[in-house]
Parts: sequence; structure tokens; C-alpha cells
Amino acid sequence: MDGMSLLTITVLAVFVGFEVVSKVSSTLHTPLMSGANAIHGIILVGAIIVAGQAADPLVLAVALLAVVLATANLVGGFVVTDRMLHMFHAKKEVARSAAKADSK
Amino acid sequence: MSILDPVWTSLLYLVAAVFFILALRGLSSPRTARRGNLIGALGALIGVITVFLSMRLDNIPWILGSIAVGTVVAAPVARGVKMTQMPQLVAAFNGVGGGAAALVALLELSHTADPWVRLAIVFTLLVGAVSFAGSAVTFAKLQELMTTRPVVFPGLPVVMAAVLLAAVGTAVGVILTGSAALAVVLLLLGLAAGVLLVLPVGGADVPIVISLLNAFTGLAVAASGVVLGNVLLVVAGTLVGASGTILTRAMAAAMGRSVAGILFGAFRGGSTAGSTAVSERPVRSSSAEDVAVLLGYAQRVIIVPGYGLAVAQGQHTAAELAQALEARGIDVDFAIHPVAGRMPGHMNVLLAEANVPYESLKEMGEINPEFKTADVALVVGANDVVNPAAKTSTGSPIYGMPILEVADARQVVFLKRSMRPGFAGIENDLLYEPQTSLLFGDAKDSLAQVLGAVKAL
Repeated sequence: MDGMSLLTITVLAVFVGFEVVSKVSSTLHTPLMSGANAIHGIILVGAIIVAGQAADPLVLAVALLAVVLATANLVGGFVVTDRMLHMFHAKKEVARSAAKADSK
Repeated sequence: MSILDPVWTSLLYLVAAVFFILALRGLSSPRTARRGNLIGALGALIGVITVFLSMRLDNIPWILGSIAVGTVVAAPVARGVKMTQMPQLVAAFNGVGGGAAALVALLELSHTADPWVRLAIVFTLLVGAVSFAGSAVTFAKLQELMTTRPVVFPGLPVVMAAVLLAAVGTAVGVILTGSAALAVVLLLLGLAAGVLLVLPVGGADVPIVISLLNAFTGLAVAASGVVLGNVLLVVAGTLVGASGTILTRAMAAAMGRSVAGILFGAFRGGSTAGSTAVSERPVRSSSAEDVAVLLGYAQRVIIVPGYGLAVAQGQHTAAELAQALEARGIDVDFAIHPVAGRMPGHMNVLLAEANVPYESLKEMGEINPEFKTADVALVVGANDVVNPAAKTSTGSPIYGMPILEVADARQVVFLKRSMRPGFAGIENDLLYEPQTSLLFGDAKDSLAQVLGAVKAL
């Protein structure tokens, strides 16, 4: 892809990034940070490309390290965010889960 | 393996990018947040599957094995971590992401002679390394592997400036020569800069630094997308960089601080570290039974949970106390300061984990006018966020920080460990007011005693 298209996409993405989070309440600051943190784990795609083109064992080793790190970021990030958000219940669900906890 | 048509590859990457945008948007509202996160995970899955289909890749068993290793390491940790320790885990995940971006850039150096691509490579290397090392220090501070106080030594600004200058020089060298050895030097300089950046930041400001480093990693990923010519990485990285920047500013604003002030405050000596002097003025100390009577015969109680509650793991007891009071027909709300807990919004997560419905969690702007109608404001392990000095004393380090107006309530009860000032190191005059009483002790123990006494009423 040529430089100008990439620049266009980048600038538009900046504005989208500003826009989507501009009205978030402080209640969700932590999950939002954690979710955004998971999204940049998509560097895994870059790590896979580099590892898939590696011919030299040393290069492959470093690339595989990047794959491991990126996977940890991606998978761990989404899992921990989901756990965090799982705890935001509406009132009805709370009563239900409390009842479940009692019956245990 | 069959190779996907480039048009399909682009389309699938576009779908993944749109999913990421929807994920961030969903995460901005409590009702859609969980779905938003799952949409983000689905977008990531589409992106990863697409890369396998879109080009001829060698070493596939090795790659799949490494993905399995990363998953096996990260998923159980993410699943099992205590919610109070979640901030450091987010820091850790952010750090490894930054590290991965730096490694990708390092390996791509030999594939290009284009100076613009090399520029993107040095950017990714440097920012990724800063994020990795900065996150590591943040992790150590939050996990209390090292002091949470700002670490400053004479000449720190000089050392920092020297490291940055050396990094810029090395970066120019890498762009001109494409030397891998110089790139490794740049990586090391980036690591040093990351450590020096976070060392002077005080404990309470560390969460904002996580958010900032999160934005850094996003930018590094975007730059690595430029290096690899991969649109998905560019869009996802830029989204995180932009939203992370906004989020960092929102968090800092909630604390009444500027991002520059947090990063460089300790350099100037105006850091969050303050005195720990204890005043000799008299306070009204009371017993758990007295507090229970105050609460049990009130009409409206507002509980203000703070850092001390999180540290004492008292959120479940606080939730039980709220339930016991509600069973007596008392109106109970939780007033959440934006920076209560260990990171912005953290208290909401802790209380949600303790089954407090989020309708009872009131944000500062919403609850502040209601303190006037409250019979009792119960402040548990919080201090600075209710300190009127933020409004009245211009010289105070917290001056300008918005606070919860607990002083408006008819009675104020503090559950505190001791008379020592809060993190900002300033005295709270509210403690000496006639309507204030104090119950000393560990937040969880005190809450349990009060809960027992309320039940016995």
C-alpha cells in the first residue's frame, strides 16, 4: 500500500479513536483501558508474519518470542477485561447470582 | 495451503478493524461493554486467521506452538488474578505487547532500505521498548516489589536527557545505515528511557502512567503496521493510541492533575510525596456500636469507599453492610470518586465484584448535591478525595482536584487506620470538625464490627 493511503487511514483512525471514547464515564475507565490494551495485542499478526518469513534460526527464535508475548497480550487482555465486565451486573442479575451463591 | 485473494484479505482486515472500533464504542457504556469486549476478541480472531490464509508462511507448527504457549501462560493468570491485583496485570500485558512490537520492528530492519520504513522501524523500536520497560517498573510498583514512592536521584533529569539524546542519535544512525547492532543499542536505550520515565512517578499516579504506556504501545503497533504494510495493525494501533491518549487525559483531569505534571512533577520537586506529620488537635473517636447506631437510625447513608478499603479487601463487607442497612429501609448509595482504588474506575470493578449493583454506584457529579440530604457519610479508607483543602488551600498539592463533598452531610464517619495523612501527605481538616467521628482500625475489621453491631440493633 502506498504511503499516502496509509497516512489517510492513520489520520482517520486517530479521529475515530478520539470520537469513540470521548463520552465514556469514569466507571468504565479501567475496563476501557484494559480492552484497548487487549486490542493492541493484534501485533500478533505482525509477529506471525515475521516468524513465517524467518529463514535464520536466531531470527525465528526472536520472532517466536514476539509471538508468545503478543499472544499473552491479546488473549490475556481480552480474558481479564471480560472478567472485569462480568462483574458489572444490573440489579436483577445481582439478585439472581446472590441467590445462586446462597444455594451453594 | 491456499492463498487468499488480496481483495478478500483486505476485506477481512477491514471487518476486523470495524470490530475493533465497535469494541471500543461498546466498552464506553456499561450495558454494552461486555459485548463490546467479545466483539473485539472476535475481530482479533478474524485478523489472526486472515494472516494465516493471506500469505505463504513457513514455520507454521512453530508459530502455532508459540501461540499455544502464550495462551497457556496468559489465560489462567487473567482468569485467576484477584481483582485488586488487576492493575498490575494490565500493566504486564501492555508491556509484553510493546515488547512484541519492538521485536517485530527489529527483525524487519534487514528487509528494507527505504528510509521512511526505517523511520517507522526506529519509532516502533524506541516506543515499544519504552512501553515494555516502563510497564515493568509500573508492575513492580503496583505489586510492591519496590517502593511506591517517587524514586528520584540527583542528576536524574540530566541522565534522562542524555539517554534521549543518545537515542535520537542512534535512531538517525539506524535510518542511515540500517545496522542491526545500532538497532539493538537503540532498543537498550529505549528500555533505559522507560525505566527513567516511570521511576519518579508516585504510587497514586502510576495508573495514569499505565494508560499512557498503553497509548504508547498502540502507537508502536501502528508504526509496525507501516513497516509491514499491514492496514489492520495501522488502524488498531492508531485507535488504541488515540483513545488511550484521550483516556489518559480524562483520568488525569479526574485527579485535577496534568499528564506533564505527573511525569515531570518529581523532577521539579512538586511531587506527590509530602510530609507525614501528625497534628496534635483533638478528634472525636468512637466505637463500632456508636457508628452502628448512627447508621441504623439514619434515613440516607452515603458510603465513600477509598484506597484503604481496596487494600484491606473490605469490599465484600462493605456490600454486606449496605445490604443490612437497606434491609432496615435505609437508602444507601456508594459515592465513587473517579480515582478511588488503585486506578481510575477500579473501585467500581471491586464493588461490582462484591455484587453491588452499578445503579448504587454514584459518580462524583451525580452524588455531590445529594450529600446535603444525607444523614451519614461513611468514609472507608479514603482521605485525599474528601479533603476540603483541595478547594480551599491554594498551596496544597491537591488543590484543584475535584472532591466528594462529604462535609455537607449531617454526620461524617471516617473508618481510618490511623491519623496519618493520605497519599498526598496533607492533613484533612474535616477530621477535626464537630460533626466528624472516627473509628480507627483496618477497614475490613472495622466494617465487620459495624456490620455486627448493626445486625444486633
